[in-house]
Amino acid sequence: MEEEINEICSNGSIIRFREVTKVYPLAGGDVRALDGISLDIAPGEFIAIMGPSGSGKSTLLNLMGCLDTPTGGDLCIKGRNTRGMTDEELTVLRRDHIGFIFQQFNLLPLLNALENVQYPLTLKTGGRDCTGRCREVLAAMDLDESLFSHKPGELSGGQQQRVAIARALVNDPEILLADEPTGNLDSKTGTAIMALLDDLNRNQGKTIIMVTHDPAIARYARRIIRIVDGKISSSGGEAAALANVF
Amino acid sequence: MFFDFARRNVRLHWLRSLLAVLGIIIGVVTIVSIGILGNSLVLAISDSLSTVGDSIIVTPHAGGMGFGGGGSTPGLISDRDVEQIRRAVAPQVTIPVYSGSSRMKIGTEDTVGVIYGLKPDDIPILLELSEGTYLRGASSAMVGARFAKNNDIKVGSRISVGDKGSLRVVGILEERGMGFDINPDYGIVVDSRWFEDAFGQDGYDLVIVKVKELTRIEEVKSDIERQLNRRETVVDVIDTRAILDTILTAFGQISTFVTAIGGISLIVAGVSILNVMLMSVTERIKEIGVLRSIGTRRKEIRRMFLYEALILGVIGSGIGGVLSIFGGYAISIAMLQTTEYLFVPSSLIYIAYGIVFGIGTSLLSGLYPAWKASNLNPIEALRHE
Repeated sequence: MEEEINEICSNGSIIRFREVTKVYPLAGGDVRALDGISLDIAPGEFIAIMGPSGSGKSTLLNLMGCLDTPTGGDLCIKGRNTRGMTDEELTVLRRDHIGFIFQQFNLLPLLNALENVQYPLTLKTGGRDCTGRCREVLAAMDLDESLFSHKPGELSGGQQQRVAIARALVNDPEILLADEPTGNLDSKTGTAIMALLDDLNRNQGKTIIMVTHDPAIARYARRIIRIVDGKISSSGGEAAALANVF
Repeated sequence: MFFDFARRNVRLHWLRSLLAVLGIIIGVVTIVSIGILGNSLVLAISDSLSTVGDSIIVTPHAGGMGFGGGGSTPGLISDRDVEQIRRAVAPQVTIPVYSGSSRMKIGTEDTVGVIYGLKPDDIPILLELSEGTYLRGASSAMVGARFAKNNDIKVGSRISVGDKGSLRVVGILEERGMGFDINPDYGIVVDSRWFEDAFGQDGYDLVIVKVKELTRIEEVKSDIERQLNRRETVVDVIDTRAILDTILTAFGQISTFVTAIGGISLIVAGVSILNVMLMSVTERIKEIGVLRSIGTRRKEIRRMFLYEALILGVIGSGIGGVLSIFGGYAISIAMLQTTEYLFVPSSLIYIAYGIVFGIGTSLLSGLYPAWKASNLNPIEALRHE
């Protein structure tokens, strides 16, 4: 049985959904957020997930990020089936292989920019000093060194998102999950952030899965997955998918 | 890292933290001060009961028809019986004591006092001298410290004991405190020969056995009983250490009970920390969601909140411990009019207890909030505004 479970995950996909369902039991009746989703994401892909509100985009992203577990089906991350994993195992998987980028940046207000980036690395290394690596990652985000000691409240939205991306990248994860990464930014800053993500995908081979409502942002992705009512309605290259969107 | 997080959060919400710390300070000061007072009380009583813990007191059996055979007066102990006791307890010291009371005249003042008749050689074993000398000659007397103070008696003064004769004061005794054997503080001590002549008493009122090795008290007590109470109970043998232990145990229990009442304030402080920590969790739900999403494990979240409770507890208990010295000082002065027992190890240990209880209470109060924080659903936490 265990072999069968692991065999499902050994097709080379970095993320694999097999007949995944997610049901939320609510007082008014069960809500089926995902309904038998099957999906393979290869290493190095840049995917945009689109769909109307309540279609299941965020649920899909949360499952990929091991923040939630499927009600049914199999979900494989980096060749490991998450079925039966403990919360501790899922957290370590998330910490070591997945980076999160949020619409509202979600930096820790008590920490300055550098400390925010240091935090996940310290979690991984168990407290070893990693200032050099963090400075390097922050610098790669085109963030001026004078801002490293600034608290999130002292940074602009674009600067905060750069810090958030640096934080997501500091553990060198293979997968980056972005939830409306430009949703709180003006178009110019949004474009710069997307250029940064594009660069990470093209030059560092990061697998990026991004949830967005914005077709202009979705154009950066090489594949667009459209979800409607918890099911994938289309999945394909940029042009084909965008044609389905509009 | 988690400790640093906790420290920063405590500092960020300094007013709230300060109030929680204040609660712990009050709790620790209360519990320690009351503990110190209780201990001082026990020590004070222990001191006032004098150094009688090494004695066995033999008295005629209460309600009995008299003591032994040998022609002794009923209710008294004869010389022959004293010898029997001496043989039974050897090599321990046996001190026979006459005891009575009489009207006395000091100068022109009339008063009533206790009179003890002791063999001059036995007096230094039982009593300490404050000034003057021990008995010299049959018509000399030594006076108890309080009796001397109350009646303005000095070395060289004369005391007339009823119609029995006049005594010259040759020494003033050190204050001895209340004892189970004799209480000379409010009386005088005379030569046993003078007492026999003056009162015509044919037997002793009690015999004190001083036991050198305290571990042998029970054994010596049994020897006396075996020797004298063979056929019937004619003598009561009292182990003063057991009485002292009983009294001190009772006071110790009272002290513990009162300290426990003081502990209620620490519970209130614990509730205050629980409240502060729950507020902290509620305010930081989103932050907890972020921490979880970037790979913080549940046990690490728990640790972070427990550190916060620990910081509040350590600060509060530390300050409380220091202030307890002043609290203990004030309460000792107010209740006992002395701070003699404040800086003794058995009192100071209450500061350590208070600090440990303070920190323990804080940690206990932090357990539920820490558990609650670590079990938050990360997705719901991230959505929280």
